Formats: sequence, structure tokens, C-alpha cells
Amino acid sequence: MTARTITYRDAVYEALREALRGDERVFLMGEDVGYYGGAYACSKGLIQEFGEERIRDTPLSESGFVGAGIGAALGGMRPIVEIMTVNFSLLALDQIVNNAATLRHMSGGQLSVPLVIRMATGAGRQLAAQHSHSLECWFAHVPGIKVVAPATIEDARGMLSTALADPDPVIIFEHATLYNEQGELPETDDYAKDIESARISRTGGDITLITYGGSLQKAMAAAEDLAKDGVDCEVIDLRSLRPVDDATIMASLAKTHRAVIVDEGWRSVGLAAEISARISEQAFFDLDGPVARVCSAEVPIPYPRHLEMAATPQPDKIAAAAREVLRR
Amino acid sequence: MSADNEVSLSRAEAMALLGQMILIRRFEEKCAELYSTQKIRGFLHLYIGEEANAVGVMRALSPNDAVVATYREHGHALARGLPPGEVMAEMYGKASGSSRGRGGSMHIFDKKHRFYGGNAIVGGGLPLAVGLALADKMQKLNRVTCCFFGEGAAAEGEFHESMNLAALWQLPVLFVCENNGYAMGTGLSRSESETSILQHAKSYRIAGEDVDGMDVVAVRAAALSAVGAIQNGGGPRFLENKTYRFRAHSMFDPDLYRQKQEIAQWKTRGPVVQFSKWVIETQLLSQSDIDGLEEEAARTIDEAVRYAEESPWEPEEDLERDVYTPRKVEETAR
Amino acid sequence: MSEFRMPSLGADMESGRLVEWLKSPGTEVERGDIIAVVDTQKGAIEIEVFEDGVLEEILAEPGEEIPVGRTLAYIRAPGEPAREQRAAEKPKPESEAETPHTPSTAKPTPSATAYPPRTPGVHMTPAARRLIAEHQVDPSTLKVGPDGVIGLSEVKAAIGAAPTPLEARPKSKARGIDPGEMRRAIAAAMMRANHEIPHYYVTLTIDMTRMMNWLAARNAERAIEDRLLYAAPLLRAVALSFAKFPDLNGTLENGAFVPADRVNIGMAIAVRGCGLITPAILDADRHDIDTLMTKLNDLVKRARGGGLRSSELSMGTATLTNLGDRTADGLMPIIFPPQVAIVGCGQISERPWVVEGEVVARQLMEITFAGDHRASDGRRGAQFLSHLASLLGKPEGL
Repeated sequence: MTARTITYRDAVYEALREALRGDERVFLMGEDVGYYGGAYACSKGLIQEFGEERIRDTPLSESGFVGAGIGAALGGMRPIVEIMTVNFSLLALDQIVNNAATLRHMSGGQLSVPLVIRMATGAGRQLAAQHSHSLECWFAHVPGIKVVAPATIEDARGMLSTALADPDPVIIFEHATLYNEQGELPETDDYAKDIESARISRTGGDITLITYGGSLQKAMAAAEDLAKDGVDCEVIDLRSLRPVDDATIMASLAKTHRAVIVDEGWRSVGLAAEISARISEQAFFDLDGPVARVCSAEVPIPYPRHLEMAATPQPDKIAAAAREVLRR
Repeated sequence: MSADNEVSLSRAEAMALLGQMILIRRFEEKCAELYSTQKIRGFLHLYIGEEANAVGVMRALSPNDAVVATYREHGHALARGLPPGEVMAEMYGKASGSSRGRGGSMHIFDKKHRFYGGNAIVGGGLPLAVGLALADKMQKLNRVTCCFFGEGAAAEGEFHESMNLAALWQLPVLFVCENNGYAMGTGLSRSESETSILQHAKSYRIAGEDVDGMDVVAVRAAALSAVGAIQNGGGPRFLENKTYRFRAHSMFDPDLYRQKQEIAQWKTRGPVVQFSKWVIETQLLSQSDIDGLEEEAARTIDEAVRYAEESPWEPEEDLERDVYTPRKVEETAR
Repeated sequence: MSEFRMPSLGADMESGRLVEWLKSPGTEVERGDIIAVVDTQKGAIEIEVFEDGVLEEILAEPGEEIPVGRTLAYIRAPGEPAREQRAAEKPKPESEAETPHTPSTAKPTPSATAYPPRTPGVHMTPAARRLIAEHQVDPSTLKVGPDGVIGLSEVKAAIGAAPTPLEARPKSKARGIDPGEMRRAIAAAMMRANHEIPHYYVTLTIDMTRMMNWLAARNAERAIEDRLLYAAPLLRAVALSFAKFPDLNGTLENGAFVPADRVNIGMAIAVRGCGLITPAILDADRHDIDTLMTKLNDLVKRARGGGLRSSELSMGTATLTNLGDRTADGLMPIIFPPQVAIVGCGQISERPWVVEGEVVARQLMEITFAGDHRASDGRRGAQFLSHLASLLGKPEGL
């Protein structure tokens, strides 16, 4: 099987292009997605290929254009709305939570909102408090929407088409530090990946590291480090944050009996807390120790590099937590 | 430059106006250099070309007025009187920076100077400005809140809500729209059905005027007039300053959405070039005055860089401070 | 002479591809001049010089991908004398902003550690409780870990299994043993034994002629499938010997010998792919030879077929390894920790022996007893062997 080496950004671009070519109802809408080529250069060249009708630059009106995306989906189109980052999505939360998530239910099942929202997320580039949020958990809290976090190039390439085929709203979180990452994409006839299962990124028997998105690479690095000390980690890439793939998590815990959850959101009231509660409910008697969490510190993300690193999960902190759980 | 401006401008005032614009210009150029050598990190949005707006408007404000600005606020901070060393240290992320290094380029705050940022969300500062003005009005303090923002903010809902509130409650806000024609990569005509931002304000019954934002004297005059009106209980006022940034939106922007010709043309009308020419022509200042201002700016900036370089980093143990207000008797350990 | 380096233009810019030089060497440049065009993921960006001078020498060619911080060219300051062209310098490391990694000497903030502090007292994990129930472990035999926790490792230590970090078992309907995992566990245990246990060895050559004759007589009356092998009386004799020497039957834990209250003899059985495994026959001293024979057959079958119980693997108190026919005369066996003794038997072969002053041919077997010197010494081992020899010499008494 042949494979190409491409970047995460290239994978997103290819997914967008394939979607636009495959279905006339699909269009991309957002700030600077057209002539600028996308804030992260993911849509460079698309407006030249597909025109202004299908690649729409919007004013700075998040609430307006996200709501318009919802309406367009109701009206028969298949919009991909790009919110530049999760930080600006706060301006559109009303539309997402009060409209996109609820219309099916409020209408007694009559209305469907086949909308895809893509947003960049996360910290790590010294962009300070207002540009570094990881708010995936807010969205994963809301029934009516689906939330995914492609952490690999295969998922960046493959989740979009599945999301577009879904009759319900799907939010795709792309961690901003992943765009430059290079990796192998095996050639295939069908790149589609599911949007509901977790994936074992690394098999192991001693302890399970559970994570998603931008933290996957950090967890894998921690696993490498721990392997030198004879600790064999299993690493789970959640991939889907709503719904969560409980079965994969619990099967792993039946094997390893120990878990560390790595989540770039703040520690309190977050995704890691949710996973931990599920483990407590479903795998309590398999546990040989409390479930640990490695999350961001309880502070808005600071600008200086050393403080930003100290505030966010890092491979050494993940490895240290694992050692604590293993009582070594 | 209009003729009536000549009358009201003293030599001292001219020195102040030009000196500040030159300082801002050279400071921003230095920041670009420091960014490319990675001393300054994250995002960097330069004010080069727009100096006349901050400098001209600040002349009309008093020290106890409030200023709210955007992520392109270095010029506003310097014109407001924040110490350049602290601003530079903030850009470096050092503990001696205006915001203890925590905010960086986009989040310069200084309570003493009533400088309320440094806001990175477009339009995010407008409701804050409305609130500051509301507090002044409720406390019967005769102060003005000056809110700077770009024309891109006019597309945000918060702009409209803020305009409406300020007008409805007759709040002492001076809204200054620095219309440089582009919201990151998108030109005004592609994002506004009504390209006159002033017209937006008028639809909320806020009085104002169009200003040539490249002419510091015109900006100053318009600001003085507007502030005077606000202080006389006239409610909010609006200035739409037509200006231009000579550089890209931020450092990592290839600026492909603007024509080189357009940039060159605006540069011929640049605020420093224009005002320098005028003060020489009218013999208000001499070339050696201007050279002196350049030297002074260079010294100030060198000093600011040295200050930033030598300042300490915040220790990691202090990571979680300043999230909540510490209790008086003891610091609560979490 | 100063270096003009590839600038950082953004938080996520790691490198840029040089598209073209806009100034050529020898040209004067001024601060703010655009000197080159660099292509990035966002498009082509013009880069500027920040000083006045002369562009002296360029080091990068169009088309090259250059990391941020690498020298692109040299700029000679005004007034500086021209220098000889030098060879391209080795790329300098990126000029990182000085970020000190001030190692924090203060206590880490609570969010930095995995757990909040635990309430004092002894805590038992759910997985440990389950294992205790499964194996009917007497909780009073459990040692508490230094952190006040009784977890899987403490329970396993009590059960006697080597607490290998790997517990992964494939979920199959028959609770079988994964051979790969077994091999690793055995290897780990053997390494540990070799490393930690101070072995001593005592050897005795035993005359098995009477035993073999006695067996032949008994087997003559039996169907083939009911015939006894000498392994069965050997096992009984060994078990009875360990019952008689309780200071050799048990485990060493934390430096202290813990005598077992049962005699569970581990039988070394070769399993293809696993190596030698040692499932135990529980209460071997309490069963007669026939029962032991049945148990042995059953054990071997299950060992090779993958049907052993974890209790069989973890509850041995001493081990017997019998090389069998056509193998070797003797061996120096390695003790399976945490046991303190092992008996190794070589093949039975017909050799010259001296009986009542005459040289005769006898069925001889060399038995080696290996003991953990921390629990016993050579004299004790010798006494054990002597007793074993006397039992084997009177097969009808077994």
C-alpha cells in the first residue's frame, strides 16, 4: 500500500476539496477563508477553483454567519462553517447551543441541521489569554451536537466527509499546533473515518493514557519515555468527544487497571472529569488506583513561554502522573 | 493641512505631536526586528502608518479619562504615556511589563493611566467602554471614555449593541473608528453593505465626523471638538478616521490582499512624512528639531529594550496568581 | 560584520523557502529595505533588513528550505573593511528567546501532582479486593505498601506469584495462559532468582534399583494407561521430605522466611513456546502415589493444552524438576522465587556401584538440592537429601 507524506493542513485542504467537488450543496463560509486562503492556510486555492458563491468570505459576524449556516442547513444546503478559532466561537454560542443543538428536538423530530462547524483550538503559541482556549468540553456538554477532535492526519483527512454525511450538527476541533505536522497518509479509495469511536494509538499493559487532539502527541511522547523504565503504556485517542466511546476505554482498563487522562482544558469541570466519572461508573472494580488527570492549571493562559508551558499538559507531567499512579 | 490649524498649534505642541509619532514609528519598527529574532513571540500587530490617530486623539484627553483599545495598541499605550520600558518588557513577557508579562503584545493594561487594554477579540472592547462611561455617569464624574477600534468591528453585533446603549443612555464615550480599509485580509467593501461607519453611528443618533486619519492636526482638532461636546453633556460622539496600515495585519501575513501601488500611495501621505513636511514649510520646527526628536526616540527605545532585556522572568511558582483577588488576612493556597 | 538570519514571522513558522534575493552582494542596504522573498504556508512574504550596510555575502540559494534563525547572509557595517569570502558557516542553532527553565524549588502547586493528598490509613483498591476474593487470600497475610495502599502488587506477593508488571491476558472462554506472556514472566523470574538468591548446592547419587523393581512389579498387573511412572513415587517422597523439613518449604519475603502451612510441589513441565513452567500439585504430601500419578498426568495435559489455573502457578511452596529419561546425569537447578528450595533429578541410568564390597550394575539417579542460603545452609540441604534417599530406598513405605 503506498502512502504520501503530507501535512495536517494538506489533509484538511484535501478533505475540503473532495467535499466541494463531491456535492454541490457543500460550501465553505467563514472569515478570510476565501481570498486570504484561510487563517491557517487550509483553504488556499479553493476560491480560485470553486468561486465566491461556494467559498464565502464573511464579515466579522460570528453569531450572524454561524446562524446563517444553521439556516442554510435547514434550507437544504450542506454548509461547512469555519470559525477562525474556538476563542471567537463564544460570540456564536447562542446560535450553536440554542439553535443548532435544539432544532431537531424542539420541532419534534421534523427539522434536521446537517451543519459542520470547523474551528481551530488550543494553546502553545504564546497567544495569551483570549486566543488560547480549549473549550471542547463546553460543546461536548450539549445534547444535539456531535463533537470530534481529529488528532492524526488520517482523521483530519477522513472525518470531514463523515461529518458532512451526518444529518446532525458536527463540530470539528483542529488543534492549531497540528497544522504543520507531517505524517503518512496511506492511499485508498475511501478516506472516510468514523466519528464515534476511539482508537488505540499504542497498545500496552501497565497503564492507560486517555487523551484527544493536540495532547495525543504529548501522551505518546510520555509513553516513549516511560517505556525506557519498563512501563508499558496503552494510549487511547478519544477522537470523538461526544459521544464518548466507553467500550474502548473500559476494555483497556480491564487490562491495565490504571488510567491517566490528559486534557488541555482546565482541570475543573472538564472533559477529563467526565471520562473519570464514566470509568468510576463502569470499571470501578477493575481499578488498582484512582484515575489521574493531567490538565491545564487553573489560570488564563499566560503569554510568556515558560508560564504557558507550566500551565498546560506536557509529556514530563504526563509521565510523572503515570508513575504516581503506578506507585513507583 | 488646513489653514485654521496653523493658528492653534504652538511649537511645543508640534514637538509633542511629531515626537510621539516618531517614537511610535521607531518603536514599532524595533518590535518588528525583535519579533523576527524571536524576542517577541505570539502575535504582533503593528501600528505603522496609523500613528496620527492615537497621537492626535490623546491630545484631547486628560489623564483621568479612560482609554480602551484593540490588539494593535502599542501606539495608543505610548501616546497615553505608558513607560516605553514597561511596554517593551510586556512584549518580551517579563515580570516588569505593564501586565506583569502575562498579556504580551495584545494585552497591555495600565490602571494608573486608565488604559484598559489591549483587547484581542474584535469588538470586545466596545461594551467595556460603554460600561466605564456608565460608571462615570452614575458616579457623576466628569470623565470621558475613549474607545479605539477598527472598521472590522462594525460587523460584530457587539458594535451595534454598544452604539445603541451609549446613545440610549447618553453615555460619555468617544468612539474612534480607525478605518484602515481591511479587517485582516478582507477589504471593507466586501464586508460592509454600508461602508460609511459614521453612517452606522448616525443611525443610532450618535453625532460625529469623518476625519483624515493621516493628518495629525485634523485628528487632534476633531478629537478636541468631540471631547468638548461630550464634556458638555452632549452624549457619545463618533469619529471615523480614514487611515492606513503600511504593514500587513500582523507579522505572519503575506499581505496578498492589498496592491503594492495602493500601499505606496498611502505612504506618500503618511502621517510622519506629511507633518514633518508641514512643520518645516511653516517653519514651526527646523530639521535639526526633527533630527533631535529622532535621536531622542532612538535613545528611548534603546533604553526600553535594555530594560526589557535585563528584566527578570516571573518564577513558575507564581503561575496561578492573579486569578482571584487574594484575601486580606492570608493568601489562600489552592 | 553581522548575520542576517531567517526571521520568525509567526508563532507557527518553523522554516521558510527562499524564493529570491532582491538585492545582490555588494549592494548597499538601508534599514527597512526588503532584501528577499520567502515562501511560507501562508504565501510569499517579503523580509527586511534592520540595519544599514553592505550586503556582503549570501549563504542561501533560492529554492532552499531554511529554518528560522539560520544565517542567510552577511552584512558589512558602513566603514567596516571588506573581508575575504569565507566558506559557508555551519548553521547556527535558532536564537531562542531566553526562557529560563527555573527549576521550581517551591512545592508544586496542587494542580501539578496527580492526586490530592490522601486521607491517612490503609486503603485497598477494588482490583485488589477482587483478586483476594478469587484466590481466597487471608487478608491478614497481606503486607501494606509503603504508601499505605494494598493494591494488586501486594496481593500478588501474598499469593506467591511473581508480581510481573504485565497482567495482560487475552480474554478467552477457557481461562488459559498466554504462552508469550508466560515466557516473559518466567524469564523475569529467572533473572531475578539468578541475581538475588544466593544458591548453594548439595548433590547425592541415589540407588533407585529397588524403586524401579517395585514399580515394575506393580505395573505388571496393570493396564498401560494405569501404569505408574517413577515420577509419582519420586514426587511423594519429595513432598514428604519437605513436610519433614518445614524450614525448607515456604517463601522468603522482605528478608524473612515464611513457612507454608501446606506442601504444594511445583512440577517443572516443558511447554512448547513457553519454556519450563512449574504448576503446583497442591498438598502433594497428602496424596498417595496413584492419586499423584493421576494428578501429574492431568497437570501435564493441561499445562500443554493451556488449561492451568492461576492458583496452580502461584501457590507452589517448593519445586521438583525431573529431567527424565535419556537426558543428562544431573543439573544445578535455579530456585523459583519467592521459594527457598528446589530439587533437581537427573536421568536414571545403569552404572557401576559398590554394594557390600562388590562392584555391581545399579539404577542410579543423581539428585541435586539447591537452597537459598538466606534461609538454610548446606548441612540442612544434605540432611534433606539423606532423608529423601532413605524414603526412595523403601518404596513400599511411600
